[in-house]
Amino acid sequence: MRNKLSWFSAPYVVWMALFTVAPVILVVIYAFTAVPPAEGFTLDNFLRMKEFAVVFARSFRLALIATFICLLIGYPLSYFLAKEGPSFQKIAMVLIMLPMWMNFLLRTYAWMSILENNGFLNRMFAALGIIDLGNLINGGLNSLCASLNEGVLAWLNARLGTALLLSTDRATDMTYFRMLYTQGAVVLGMVYNYLPFMILPIYSVIIKLDNSLLEAARDLGASSARVFRKVIFPLSLPGVLSGVTMVFVPSVSTFAISKMLGGGTKLLLGDLIELQFLGGAYNPYLGSAISLVMMVIVVVCMYVMNRFGEGEEQAVVL
Amino acid sequence: MNLGSRPGLFSRLFTALVFIFLYAPIFLLIIFSFNAGNSNSVWHGFSLHWYGELFQDRLIMGGVYTTLLVSLLATAIATVAGTFAAIGFYNMRRRWREPLMVINEIPMINADIVTGVSLCLFFVAAFAAWNGFVTWMEQTYRLTAPRLELGFATLLIAHISFNIPYVVLAIMPKLRQMDKNLIDAAQDLGCTWMQAFWKVVVPEIKPGIVNGMLIAFTMSVDDFVISYFTAGPKTSTLAMVIYSMTKKRVTPKINAVSTLLFGAVLLLLIVVNVRQARQEKAAAKVRRR
Repeated sequence: MRNKLSWFSAPYVVWMALFTVAPVILVVIYAFTAVPPAEGFTLDNFLRMKEFAVVFARSFRLALIATFICLLIGYPLSYFLAKEGPSFQKIAMVLIMLPMWMNFLLRTYAWMSILENNGFLNRMFAALGIIDLGNLINGGLNSLCASLNEGVLAWLNARLGTALLLSTDRATDMTYFRMLYTQGAVVLGMVYNYLPFMILPIYSVIIKLDNSLLEAARDLGASSARVFRKVIFPLSLPGVLSGVTMVFVPSVSTFAISKMLGGGTKLLLGDLIELQFLGGAYNPYLGSAISLVMMVIVVVCMYVMNRFGEGEEQAVVL
Repeated sequence: MNLGSRPGLFSRLFTALVFIFLYAPIFLLIIFSFNAGNSNSVWHGFSLHWYGELFQDRLIMGGVYTTLLVSLLATAIATVAGTFAAIGFYNMRRRWREPLMVINEIPMINADIVTGVSLCLFFVAAFAAWNGFVTWMEQTYRLTAPRLELGFATLLIAHISFNIPYVVLAIMPKLRQMDKNLIDAAQDLGCTWMQAFWKVVVPEIKPGIVNGMLIAFTMSVDDFVISYFTAGPKTSTLAMVIYSMTKKRVTPKINAVSTLLFGAVLLLLIVVNVRQARQEKAAAKVRRR
């Protein structure tokens, strides 16, 4: 019986070989293949990545910032939620997951119309006089810097032979704040889209903490701050790691968010890959090499996560 | 779990702010879908104008049709294939099962863009080889066969490929919970092994199958990146249509789409929750007897 049943998976094994394993192998082969008309094995594709060091750096920087902000918001939120009553928690969890069932393009699009130059936020700022206030502050800073330039800095420059000058050309005639098509907007988009990925694993670890450990710590005289620092936080680290991975990986590989909120002029890694396959710079060899790097990043993240224990099931729930 | 004191004012405020952050954009999107004017920030009065426009937009309606078709087909195929695969894996020796489970998880773990790109590369390379072969046949034997290109079929294959792993992982725990003696008992009582499978195994793991099916369907409807790389230039899912629309100008038509989708998700969620609550009630009743 058992052996007969194991043949049930034969079709899927063939399917996996064709559509999961073969494509990955193909990416590896392409990554080490010279761009035609040249032929044969080469490492050129990887060496060429040096040209895109800026893109790598920007991608990592933005993804790390977004992950960090998600952690700053997600950890306290999970902790506070775990303190609430059970029905509150249930509703809160549904509310956190609900936006994720809306397509992420729509969620990103929502921010486009909010951040636009004549969008919702700017109109609100204008109505509240915040933009005028900004102009006023900038004007004040300009005159302050001008007087500093003439006074202290002129004196210093004369003494030290330097040419220090403070900028005096801050805009004082703004009618809107430029928010859309900036890197800040891209980070905001990442945080907004992937925050639930941070909250859910952390929350599910905190909620499963062993009560007796906390009681033991309190009985032994630890203050609540100390219980948090010495017991709760260390024990919730697996959730944190899994949350960090689940936010970092999609953030570092996104291309739609950077196109929609970043304007598509400052490329991220995802944009770079997309360009090599569907864009004008058609070069699947280079694209495969970058994809291979991405795969290595993911494997490293997974390895680190698994070393520190659980958190795997969470990915399935989503 | 007792974390000590109840949350104070500060933590309640923090929680409220995060929920406002999560929902304010969505509510703005919904409100402005009923705007009479062509703007997402100035209110010109209530109107259903954009919904009318939406249903006349052939690109969007085509996208909806493609999305539903590919999601339903992929979900159906992936659920059946995933169920058989899970049962097969479960009955395998550990030595074989473990590496196969790791391979099974590749599409879930990899970044979407990498999965999409690798499938795109695979299809393009395979089709190039096939089309070359067809050309060669035409020239030497005057035989011909259709040339292949990226389109609905490749989109469907891609969706099935990333759906099956979720179905398998949803069913596996149910198999582990199942009492293995049940199968032997059924056979002792005269079932053939096929009957034992249909009458014993499938009913036991049914909750896992339903769960896997729901996950697969939501993943399919929600997917953009993998579809984007495997659908080719002529086929577009709804997500792809939306992406190409946002490249140009903000239009309230997209708000109308979002509102309808959000409503659908909300409805689905309520139905699922009510069903679950009812089942729990029924189970409690049975236990009381």
